[in-house]
Amino acid sequence: MLLSLRNVRKSYTTAEGRLEILKGIDLDLDGGESVALTGESGSGKSTLLHLVAGLDHADAGEIVSSGRSLATLDDRRRAEYRRTAVGLVFQHFNLIPSLDVGANISFHAKLAGRHDPAWERELVELLGVETLLARYPEQLSGGQQQRVAIGRTLAAKPPLVLADEPTGNLDEATGDIVLNIMLSLTKSTGAALLLVTHSTRLAQMLDRSVHLRGGRIA
Amino acid sequence: MLLIAATALLSHWRRRPLQLATFILGLSLATALWSGIQAINTEARASYARAASMLHQSELMQLLPRNGNSIRQSTYARLRRAGWNVSPVIEGDHRFGNTRVRIIGIDPLTMPAKAGRFEAGGVSDLAAFMSEPGVLMVSQVTALKLEGHTQMQLRISSDMPEGAGFADIGIAERILEKRGELTRLVVAPEQRPDLPSLDMLAPDITIKPSGERPDVAQLTDSFHLNLTAFGFLAFAVGLFIVYATIGLAFEQRRATFRTLRSLGLSLSSLTLLLMAELLVLALLAGFIGVVIGYFVASLLLPGVAATLQGLYGASVPGTLSLRPEWWTTGLAIAVAGTIVSSAQSLWRVHRMPLLSSAQPRAWARASAMGVRIQVLGGLVLLFASAILATFGQGLAAGFAVLGSLLLGAALILPGVLSACLAVMQKHSSRALVTWFWADTRQQLPGLNLALMALLLALAANVGVGTMVSSFRLTFIDWLDQRLAAELYVTAREENEASRLRAWLPAHSTSVLPIWSVEGEVLGDRLQIFGAAADDRTYRDRWPLLLGTADVWDRVAMGQGALVNEQLWRRKGLAVGNDLTLPGGWEIPIVGVYSDYGNPKGQVIVGIDTLTTHYPNISKLRYGVRIPPADAPALRRLLTSEFGLPAENIIDQAALKRQSRAVFDQTFAVTGALNIFTLGIAGFAMFSSLLTLSGIRLPQLAPVWAMGIRRRDLALLEVLRTLVLWLATFAAAIPVGLALAWVLLSIVNVEAFGWRLPLRIFPMDWLILGLVALGAAILSVFLPLRRLSTIRPADLLTVFANER
Repeated sequence: MLLSLRNVRKSYTTAEGRLEILKGIDLDLDGGESVALTGESGSGKSTLLHLVAGLDHADAGEIVSSGRSLATLDDRRRAEYRRTAVGLVFQHFNLIPSLDVGANISFHAKLAGRHDPAWERELVELLGVETLLARYPEQLSGGQQQRVAIGRTLAAKPPLVLADEPTGNLDEATGDIVLNIMLSLTKSTGAALLLVTHSTRLAQMLDRSVHLRGGRIA
Repeated sequence: MLLIAATALLSHWRRRPLQLATFILGLSLATALWSGIQAINTEARASYARAASMLHQSELMQLLPRNGNSIRQSTYARLRRAGWNVSPVIEGDHRFGNTRVRIIGIDPLTMPAKAGRFEAGGVSDLAAFMSEPGVLMVSQVTALKLEGHTQMQLRISSDMPEGAGFADIGIAERILEKRGELTRLVVAPEQRPDLPSLDMLAPDITIKPSGERPDVAQLTDSFHLNLTAFGFLAFAVGLFIVYATIGLAFEQRRATFRTLRSLGLSLSSLTLLLMAELLVLALLAGFIGVVIGYFVASLLLPGVAATLQGLYGASVPGTLSLRPEWWTTGLAIAVAGTIVSSAQSLWRVHRMPLLSSAQPRAWARASAMGVRIQVLGGLVLLFASAILATFGQGLAAGFAVLGSLLLGAALILPGVLSACLAVMQKHSSRALVTWFWADTRQQLPGLNLALMALLLALAANVGVGTMVSSFRLTFIDWLDQRLAAELYVTAREENEASRLRAWLPAHSTSVLPIWSVEGEVLGDRLQIFGAAADDRTYRDRWPLLLGTADVWDRVAMGQGALVNEQLWRRKGLAVGNDLTLPGGWEIPIVGVYSDYGNPKGQVIVGIDTLTTHYPNISKLRYGVRIPPADAPALRRLLTSEFGLPAENIIDQAALKRQSRAVFDQTFAVTGALNIFTLGIAGFAMFSSLLTLSGIRLPQLAPVWAMGIRRRDLALLEVLRTLVLWLATFAAAIPVGLALAWVLLSIVNVEAFGWRLPLRIFPMDWLILGLVALGAAILSVFLPLRRLSTIRPADLLTVFANER
């Protein structure tokens, strides 16, 4: 089992008081498996993804990823977990604006100590961004930026890819192309994929789908 | 409509109080130093005018001796008999205890009413004023110093400058031992018609017209110009803050501008509202600036007064009056600064199409073309500076060299830094290091103005510091050479001087008379000294800049004169030129000597030549050469033999100590101004970093998400600030040295008349570097604290889909 969540709970304090987002989530994911996480706005999809990514702490329950129980990790190990065990793709791409496309793609892999120039070249070709390497993020279209973001994630060969609405900022045709690339590449690298989406159509393209409602898996 | 629109516009400042504070504080600080310096200048100039009017009756025409000697009483009597309404004045310095006072002896019966504020009061007062022991009218400060040191009755006058006193002419004649020698005659404005001409009656007299600017005001012009330049530099540094803040505030409100215009607000109304908003803020900041400026001026004035006293002997009171002209100027400069700083932003708003994108542009991101144009502009200015340095003339050209040098260097700084960072990025292979350089380069546009301000402040510090230290070292070397005599003895009167002249040779190695006469040479009033030039002391210890091989022999034989550097440069003299001295006799120039600290020209001739041409000169002062170990014994002997008071026998060490103390006081104000300017630059850096820290999240969050801890990111932020400070500091050193060269070789020569060698003081740079480092750490502290304590939840908002 690559990822295991048991009775995971998370709440936030808001102006209206304590707001419970996740009310006991159980979820398992095997290596190479792709799972869609669906649900309405505010159902806790992104929160769950952030907890699995080690970006945030669960209030209760246990998350075990790549053999690590995230609750037991201190700040340094949590950072190391983010560097080596997960790859993140965001709706707003979140590329590093000061680096060109080539440097953006190799950035995470170098941080993770898994820089593989041959694999990067292959990825660049597969993503169709070989002519964009010297450009900066602000010079790219949304679809191009998302392809670069996927390249950055997969270049680091993470065992688990977490994608938060990766096509949410793209038109349908471009979104389909990007998702297909992501699915085929995660399959080819044997990485598991947990993908947050609003779209039932996109969710059907993955191995299985998990629906969140009111902080619980429906 | 306008009111509602104004509320919408002003709400921006309510939501961003820190930005508002930065704007107000930046402009206030800029205005403060500027208006503070103006206050000092105004006060000093008013003081010169007051002193000139009071002491020298500058509002009236004066008659002065043409040949530097005094005016004879017979000449005065001849003029009076011929019907000229003139009043005699005897002037001279006298020491009461440790206090030297300029005594102006006047005749209250003939002195014209317009000649000043002397009011003898009633008949009994007048009688007391004119009869022994006499009355001395002095300032309160001078009176306190004189208490117990004189028999004269001290009367306090609020109009009297410090260190000067009025007495009756008869009393002054006795105290100053003038024996009927009048210093000048004051001409009353009311004269009889058909008076015989002065040329006929008194051919040895020259006329000084009324209303001429006081000598000291002319002498100190360059000093006040220096101060103004410093104030302007600080003002410019402060304006960088204002420019950056206004630019940011306008960019952040682009969406609001578009919305307001879409809702029907005309472009002219919007522009008008923005101008009104800026005007109100400028007046508020200006008012705060003027208040701070008053305190800055109060703080600096004693230092400036000491400087003026040390450099020019000008007396300026240490208290400040609230003059309307400087506080209105302060408000005006704040408004003018705001207009200059906001012109570009206002122009952009004015030209913004109604349907333009409301998406804020990267507010300070200069395009590559913009940077190139800026660098080009900087290079043009540096080139202009070099051309002006080579071919320019006059003090204004000197300051133009300084201005274009500093501005040119500041303009090319961002381009140079960007190029250096690109090279570093290219040559780094580790991902985090590459990102560090790339990210630093990306932050540059936001920090450019602060870094340029910092460069100006640091370069000014290095430049002025190098100038002052070079001056100090040269001055001390020169003092060591020039103050050769082991003891300096001043007789109290001529009989005592005569006894000293007979007694001293048997008790010393040699005696060097220090006698001088004042007179007009090449149109300027200056002093002519006599030197016992056949004494070895002069050959061994007197530093000459130029001279023929046999210079001292020729001076001793009366075949040549020496001129000081100031006179040589101002009058464009050359060795071999003939000099016409008071009395109309001529003598060739055989050498030029350095004479630091003296604002006026000076001439040295052989002592015998001096006494031959001016037999009536005062012969009270002597330098005495003896083996240093014997000096204390001779001092004791002089006291026991002649009863000379301690202040009339000064040893070399004490004189050097005094001179050094005067020197250090002289440049105390420069040090204070340097610190103020650096402080403003530090604040510019702080405000820029704080602004940037607020927009850094989207740049830092992805790196954090990929496994770099917040703590490490915070450390990298510190490192980034330090790298930029260090790079700017490194750039400031050559710019500062160039500045020092301009100050020493161009501005000082024009302003003071002497040229000094440039010396290098790396330890001073190290200290400045440490101070700058401290300021860097302070400036980054708050932004860093903000970043290092940022919650993961805040970082996650960057990735949130529903933003």
